[in-house]
Amino acid sequence: MSTTSVLGGVVRRKEDPALIRGEGLYVDDIKLPGELAAAFVRSPFAHARIMSIDASAATAMDGVHAVYTADDVRHLGPVLAQVAVGTLRPPLADGAVHHIGEAVAMVVADDRYIAQDAVDAIFVEYEPLPAVVDLKAAAADEVQAHEGVSNVLLAWSGQDWWPGVTDELPDAKPVIEEAKARDDTVTVSLEMVNQRLIPTAIEPRAVLANWHAGYGSFELWSSTQIPHALAGAIAKIFGLPSNKVRVVAPEVGGGFGLKLNIYPDEILCCFASQRLGKPVRWTETRREAPASSIQGRGWVGTATIVGTRDGEILGYELDAICDMGAYSQNFTVAIPLLGLFVAPGQYNIPTAYTLTCVVTNTPTTDAYRGAGRPEAAYYLERVVDRYAREIGMDPAEVRKKNFWQPDQFPATTAVGLTMDSGNYAANLDALLEKADYEGMKARRDAARADGRLVGIGLSTYVEVCGFGPSALAGLGFSWSEYGQPAAFNGSGVVRVNPDGSCTVIIGTGPSGQGHETTWAQIVSDQLGIELDQIEVLHGDTAESPFGVGTFGSRSLAVDGTATFEASARVKDKAAAIAAHLLEAAPEDIRFADGGAHVAGSPDKTVSWPEIATSAYQPHTLPEGMEGGLESTAVFSPGNATWPFGSHLALVEVDPDTGNVEILEYWAMDDCGNVVNPMIVDGQIHGGIAQGIGQAMFEAAIYDDDGNLLSSSLMDYPIPTAADLPSFRLDRTTTPTDVNPLGVKGIGEAGTIGSAQTIVNAVVDALEPLGVEHVDMPLRPRNVWQAINGARG
Amino acid sequence: MTVNGTTYDRDVEPRTLLVHFLREELGLTGTHVGCDTSYCGACTVIVDGRSVKSCTYLAVAADGADVRTVEGVATDGELHPVQEGFWERHGLQCGFCTPGMIMSSVALLEQNPDPGEGEIRHAIEGNLCRCTGYHNIVRAVEYAAAKMRGEEPPAPDWEVPS
Repeated sequence: MSTTSVLGGVVRRKEDPALIRGEGLYVDDIKLPGELAAAFVRSPFAHARIMSIDASAATAMDGVHAVYTADDVRHLGPVLAQVAVGTLRPPLADGAVHHIGEAVAMVVADDRYIAQDAVDAIFVEYEPLPAVVDLKAAAADEVQAHEGVSNVLLAWSGQDWWPGVTDELPDAKPVIEEAKARDDTVTVSLEMVNQRLIPTAIEPRAVLANWHAGYGSFELWSSTQIPHALAGAIAKIFGLPSNKVRVVAPEVGGGFGLKLNIYPDEILCCFASQRLGKPVRWTETRREAPASSIQGRGWVGTATIVGTRDGEILGYELDAICDMGAYSQNFTVAIPLLGLFVAPGQYNIPTAYTLTCVVTNTPTTDAYRGAGRPEAAYYLERVVDRYAREIGMDPAEVRKKNFWQPDQFPATTAVGLTMDSGNYAANLDALLEKADYEGMKARRDAARADGRLVGIGLSTYVEVCGFGPSALAGLGFSWSEYGQPAAFNGSGVVRVNPDGSCTVIIGTGPSGQGHETTWAQIVSDQLGIELDQIEVLHGDTAESPFGVGTFGSRSLAVDGTATFEASARVKDKAAAIAAHLLEAAPEDIRFADGGAHVAGSPDKTVSWPEIATSAYQPHTLPEGMEGGLESTAVFSPGNATWPFGSHLALVEVDPDTGNVEILEYWAMDDCGNVVNPMIVDGQIHGGIAQGIGQAMFEAAIYDDDGNLLSSSLMDYPIPTAADLPSFRLDRTTTPTDVNPLGVKGIGEAGTIGSAQTIVNAVVDALEPLGVEHVDMPLRPRNVWQAINGARG
Repeated sequence: MTVNGTTYDRDVEPRTLLVHFLREELGLTGTHVGCDTSYCGACTVIVDGRSVKSCTYLAVAADGADVRTVEGVATDGELHPVQEGFWERHGLQCGFCTPGMIMSSVALLEQNPDPGEGEIRHAIEGNLCRCTGYHNIVRAVEYAAAKMRGEEPPAPDWEVPS
C-alpha cells in the first residue's frame, strides 16, 4: 500500500470545472435532430380494471405522432427484474392498474407541451377495485393487491433460505426462548415503523432513445446507475445482440438507488423510436417521480432483545413486514435480505428473524441509499437503546459489552456471513472521546435540571457492501436476468497513450461520487503520471469494459481494485520498456516525476512520453515484446466488505411546538483505507443528511385508497440547508484484506448510521416525560403529540 | 431580453417557461429543472439582480429584463469566486443543483458580503441538494465571501498537504 500524497490525499475534483460552469451534460441537455417527446397517461386509482381507453381526440391532434397502450407493447413482455419473484411490471398497465400513477398509455408528440396536451385529451374508463395499502392488512391477505394472487411473496426466515449456509447454523429460536424464560433476564420489545421514502435525486430521470434502422442498433441515453445492465436488458427484450445496444449514462444527477433499475420508460422510448424512426425522449417530472421511479424502505415490525440485568444481550429477534409495492422490479424482494445480512449489527448475539415481503397497491420499492441496511440498523439500535434504558446502563457501555472483539475477525455472524475486519470498541471510544461524551452528558443533565428537553442519541452500525462475491449471485446479486454474468465483478482498462497521457475506462460510473478523481488518484499513484494527464471515461457501454454499476458502496472496492490491478500490469510492462531504453534491469526501474529512472542513478531517466511512444514502435521495444501499453483487469472479490462506525447527536426538543433542533452531530466512520478524504467526508455528509431526512422530515404517505398525499416537494420535505447543522467527522482506519487497496466503501454508511441516532436522541430528550418511542418522521406534530400523550 | 450580456429578440408562446426558453431556445442547458413547484431551486437564475426560479417564471415576464445564468458568472474565462469556492471546498457532488446553488449564492453575496453560517443556510434554503448535506456548500460560500472581501478564506475541514 502506497503512502504517497496522491493516494490518501485531498485533491480537487477533476469533475468540477465543467459542472460549476453549467457545462455538465445530463440526458435532458442532449438534443438530437428531429427528436420527439413522450408523456404518459397515469392512473388516478390505486387498483382498478381498465374498461376502455379512448385516444381518438389525442391521436387527431396536430403534432401527435402516436398513442400506445398495452395492446401495442404486450409482445415485449414484462419489465425484466433481476429477482423475478412476484408479479413483474408490464411496460404499460395491461387490463388493470395496481398503483396510483401507473402508466396506462404513452403519447409521442413533437414536443413535451403537445405531448402533455394530448395526455389530457385521452379518456380512460376505470372500474375501481378495493386497494390494500396497510402492511398488516396486506399480510392478512383479505384484500389482494392483484386479484386472485396472494400478497405474501416470501419470508426471509428460519434455516432454509440459503442452502449450505443458513441450514448449517444453530437455531437461535430455542436459545432466545430459554433466555426469556429465565427469571434473571429482561426482555424489551419495540414495535416501530420504518416509513416509505421517495429517494428524490435532484435530477429527475431522463431517457433518450434512437433506433438506427440501417445499423440495426439502439443508442439509449439514460440517467442510470447501471448502463451495462440496461444494455443487456434492452438487447434481450428486443432480440438483439448486446453489442447492438449502446447505452450512455452521461452526467447522472444523483442516484441513491432509484436509478438502479430497468424502467418501462426506457423500454418504451426504444420501442417508439423503432416504430416511428425518430429519436424519442422522456424526462420525468417531479410530480410523477414517486410513481415512475422506485421508492425505498417501508417496514413495520417489532424488535426484541433479551438480556441480563448487567448488559449481556442473550438474543435478538426481528420480525417485520416489508412493503414491496405492486410489482417486483430489479432487486425488490432482495432488499430486506440485505437488511438481514446485517441484522445482528456489531454484536455477537443469537439472532432470529422473519422478514415477510408483501405486495400492496403502491409503487414498487427497491434500493434506496442503504437498501435494507438502514432499516435493520434502525430496529436493532433503537431496541438496544431501549434495553440500556431498561437496565439503567449507559447505552455506550451496553454496546461495548456485546461487540465482536478485534481478534475474533474474520467473524461469522449469526446470519451466516463472514465479516472481514472490525475494531468496534476502539471506534466507539474514539467517537466518545472526540465528542467529549462525558461532558455532553453533563451538559444534557444541566439543561434537564433547567427544565429543557435535551437528549443524546448514539448508534453504531455495520454495513455489508462492496458487492460482490459471486457466492451471492444465487441470492439475486447478479445481472443474469439481463443476459449478463451471474457475478458482480469489477473491471477497468488502463491505457497509456503514445504521448504519455493516460486513459482509464471503467465499467462502473459515478452519480456524484467523484470516480474520475478517485480513479485518477489510484492510477497516478501507481504510474507516477500527473493527475491532469489522466482521463477517466465511464458510462458508455460502447467503449467501457463490461461493468456492474455504482450501488451498494461497491465501486471503489471492486472496480477500483480492477483499475489498480490493471495499472500494476501496465507499470510492469512500462518498467520492462524503460529498462530496455536505459539498459538496466526491470527490477531496478523506479517511477517518479513523470517518468522512470534507474534506482540509485537519478540521472538515468526516461519520460512517460518516451516510454509510451516506444511501446507502440516495434523497433524500440525489447525483443519479442507485444506492442501497446494497456491492460484490462477484472476483479472478483472473495467477500463483501464490512465498514462500520458510530454516530452521536445532541438534540433539543421545544416542549411547546415539538420542534427538534440538532445541536451537535458527530460521526466516527471506518471504511478501511481512504483514497481521497475530502470525497469520503462528502459522502458521509450527504448520507447523514438523508438519514436525518428520514428521521425528521420525509414520508411517502398513502391513504387507505392508495392515494399519494405527498406527491410534491412541498408535501415531501427533504432537508434544506436551514434544517441541518454542520457535521463533525473523524474516522478510524481498519483496512480489509478482501482487496489489495484495503478499501471498504463509504456511499451508504452515513445513511445507515444516522436515522436511529436522531430518534435515540429525541427519545432520550423526552425520557423525563416517560416517552419510550416516537415513530419517524419526527416532525413537530408527531413529537408534540408524544409529549402531550405522555403528559396525559 | 438580455442574457449574460447578449440581447435576444424572440417570439415565444405565452406559456413558455423562462427555463425552457433558456434551455431550449438559447441552448443554455446549465440551468436545470428539478421539480415543478419552484421548490428545488435547480432552475435559479438572476433576473434584474434578484434570484428567481425560472421554472415558474414565464419567458414573457422577462421581456426586456437582464438575465444572468450560471454560464454568465465567470468573466473572461476566470471563475467567479463562488464557483471557485464550490471547487475548492467540495461544494458539489453530482452537480445537478450546483448551477442554481451558485446563482443563489452569487445573489446572496451581492447583497450581503459577510454572511454568517445561519444567514448562508437561510439564503440557500430554497435550493435543495441531495448529495452534500449542505456542509461543504456552506464552506464554499464562506470561502467565496472571504475571497470577495479580499480576505484569506477559512482553512478547509481536511488537512492540507504541505
